[in-house]
Amino acid sequence: MASIGRVPTQPLQNLLEQAFPDATELSVEDRTGGGDHFQVTVASPRFAGLALIDQHRLVNEALAEPLRDGTIHELRIKTKGTE
Amino acid sequence: MTELRQRIQDVIEKEPVAVFMKGTPQFVMCGNSDRVLRALREAGAPVTGVDVLADPAIRQELSEISGWPTIPQVFVKGELIGGADITQELAASGELTRVLEEKLGPDYRSSAGERTVSLLTPA
Repeated sequence: MASIGRVPTQPLQNLLEQAFPDATELSVEDRTGGGDHFQVTVASPRFAGLALIDQHRLVNEALAEPLRDGTIHELRIKTKGTE
Repeated sequence: MTELRQRIQDVIEKEPVAVFMKGTPQFVMCGNSDRVLRALREAGAPVTGVDVLADPAIRQELSEISGWPTIPQVFVKGELIGGADITQELAASGELTRVLEEKLGPDYRSSAGERTVSLLTPA
């Protein structure tokens, strides 16, 4: 039975929480309400000293599966350090 | 290496600014590709557009080369700068102009212009 009212952002939230257990900020927003355009914001000490592109790589890696299977059509990423 | 991958590699290495996008600079087909073009235009950058929608294999080969899963992807002198978010953030902070000047020379704007390269017919 299709899970009614399942929030499209929840699976992404779970993946990010696994990848960034120590995140001080972590949010997934369904930007357009269509369930496939997402804004992701992550603040984590894991980003300390990393170039912006490498910070975003970590987020892309955490969401590799939904990116690969088309769950995510468009992804916007905002990363922040925590210092 | 497949022929297509070789052609992608050639574009990445030879073009001053290679933008793998959905559509072309004249006919943009996706929001993030549009965001990248706006940021690059604001910085006065030359743009060589490659439409990944022309052949699904392009995106597959490209992501294997760059390790970046999404489109658009911006390369300056062979180096991946990132996608729309990073290109816009760099533009907003002035860092994009610095990277363009460092890699293409302070007068990069003089050679600015936009063109589209097709990977399907040998360049």
